[in-house]
Amino acid sequence: MSTAEERVAVTAAPVAARPRGLRTLGLFRNELVVTFRRWRTLALFAILAGIPVVVGIAVKIETSDGGTAGGEGGGPAFISQITNNGLFLVFTSLAVTLPFFLPMAIGVVAGDAIAGEANAGTLRYLLVAPAGRSRLLLAKGWAALVFCASGVLVVTVSALATGSAMFPLGDVTLLSGTSISFSEGLLRALAVAAVVTVSLIGVAAIGLFVSTLTNSGIAAMATTVGLLITVQILDTIPQLHAIQPYLFPHYWLSFADLVRDPVYWDQIMRNFGLQGLYLAVFGSAAWARFTTRDITA
Amino acid sequence: MAQPASVTEAAIDTRGLTKRYRGGQLAVDGLDLAVPRGSVFGFLGPNGSGKTTTIRMLMGLIAPTAGSARVLGEPMPSAVRGVLPRVGALIEGPALYGHLSGRDNLVRYDCADPTADPRTRGARVGQALERVGLAAAAGKKARAYSLGMKQRLGLAAALLQPRELLVLDEPTNGLDPQGMREIRALVRELAAEGTTVFLSSHLLDEIEQVCTHAAVMARGRLITQGTVGDLAEGVRGRLVVGTPDPPEAVRVLKENGIVGLVVDGDLVTGELPAQDPPDLAELNAALVRADVRVRSFGTQRGSLEDAFVALTGEGFDVDG
Repeated sequence: MSTAEERVAVTAAPVAARPRGLRTLGLFRNELVVTFRRWRTLALFAILAGIPVVVGIAVKIETSDGGTAGGEGGGPAFISQITNNGLFLVFTSLAVTLPFFLPMAIGVVAGDAIAGEANAGTLRYLLVAPAGRSRLLLAKGWAALVFCASGVLVVTVSALATGSAMFPLGDVTLLSGTSISFSEGLLRALAVAAVVTVSLIGVAAIGLFVSTLTNSGIAAMATTVGLLITVQILDTIPQLHAIQPYLFPHYWLSFADLVRDPVYWDQIMRNFGLQGLYLAVFGSAAWARFTTRDITA
Repeated sequence: MAQPASVTEAAIDTRGLTKRYRGGQLAVDGLDLAVPRGSVFGFLGPNGSGKTTTIRMLMGLIAPTAGSARVLGEPMPSAVRGVLPRVGALIEGPALYGHLSGRDNLVRYDCADPTADPRTRGARVGQALERVGLAAAAGKKARAYSLGMKQRLGLAAALLQPRELLVLDEPTNGLDPQGMREIRALVRELAAEGTTVFLSSHLLDEIEQVCTHAAVMARGRLITQGTVGDLAEGVRGRLVVGTPDPPEAVRVLKENGIVGLVVDGDLVTGELPAQDPPDLAELNAALVRADVRVRSFGTQRGSLEDAFVALTGEGFDVDG
């Protein structure tokens, strides 16, 4: 306990002097720090970083007797190319992690965004601070998107490092047969990473919405991941082809079209449109729910 | 506690504030609460009486079903962003990020306040920690804190900025006696600086020690509110006579209009009648004239606890 005399006088902040955007940025930055300091986040990144290493080692072992990885066209996309060019490990790793590992990690972080705070009771203190409900949701949404990009970046960098350590690098032969320089190949890899990041927006929006529905972080994470699996299964049932173009993972693997010359934009654009639609629908649903609900946790 | 004469509006003012939960349960029923500026206001009530629901409505966390609430003169929950930066709150115990240090927990809550100046953040966080006696443990992860330390950190979060109103829900919960004394001293210190303190507690002596005003809730309704002195005065004092001759004393006292007489060993207690109470000196003389040997004679002032029990009907009614 200090006495009043010992304390330095600090005046209240000049409220009106600071622009609105900057104030939201403070909470967003802090949100990132809090998210990235969690062991859970670091563990998810460790898993994501480990996958390209596992794929690389598997390919190395399988091809050590001179055979080709993936045999007769089996296995994930691009896997047979890895032995010729380590850069293809980036494409393979993203193709392996995009259907499940990446969206699961996003489901965990987005699902926990609001529900986890409610569960810990910290939500009521953020709101009486007062964070502002829309502002808090926006900061959470941005942080989830940054997490998406970071997760994809972790896979990409790990795959690039593993690929260059285990396999030769050089000119890249595209799916269409034409050859491009390694540096242009690297640019394509970054473009693929960007498209994969955008592909995850739909899951993030759904996770955030589910997160506003419950006071249990675990329930929100489980629901989001469960939904992801269900939709992935629905997307493989041929009888459901009528609804499949509206399922968020439907165009996920369209990123492969970036590795063609010329690039096929059709499916990629449809993917962007679909992710935008999911963001609009579930983002507004999350906002409508969160700004009107009673905070009883 | 001097207030400028122009500030006449109450710090908290509710009119017919009502909350009915979706299940149909009426948690708060037509609450008319008036908390004067500069007061230390005790908010009393048994568990489930609607105290927490009321506090949550005042803080804009839940929307009232009917009625209105004004905090620092502004309507809630619509003026949340303008009002809450001037209010510090501790609601239903502290809630912390276990993976962050005590200091980083405060930084996080300060970042959440859009009016908080990032340039003074470090200094204000340091001061708040200092004020609740946590400066030495500021670098420790919050999950390693004891309940008392968590409670202090929660209080520190409420003190990150100079506040006009502090809403403290059970602030001494989980603290040892020394910690309780420190927190009470802190509340008095803040009140002396002009901060209005709204304090909910189940510890009646705590309310009696630090509060100037109090309100009592039961079953979602406001039973009474006023100054602590008025509330305790509302309870009639009991007459206590120490004597080795209890049966004789009871007879004489009954003749003089004392009701509800109870004998407990050498002590005879009874209630003075509300209408036209007898003069105590005459009463004592009457006892002595009847050869009752009087060892001690006096009245016991009614405590807030008596008022609370009488108002809420909680506990045993010893008078039958």
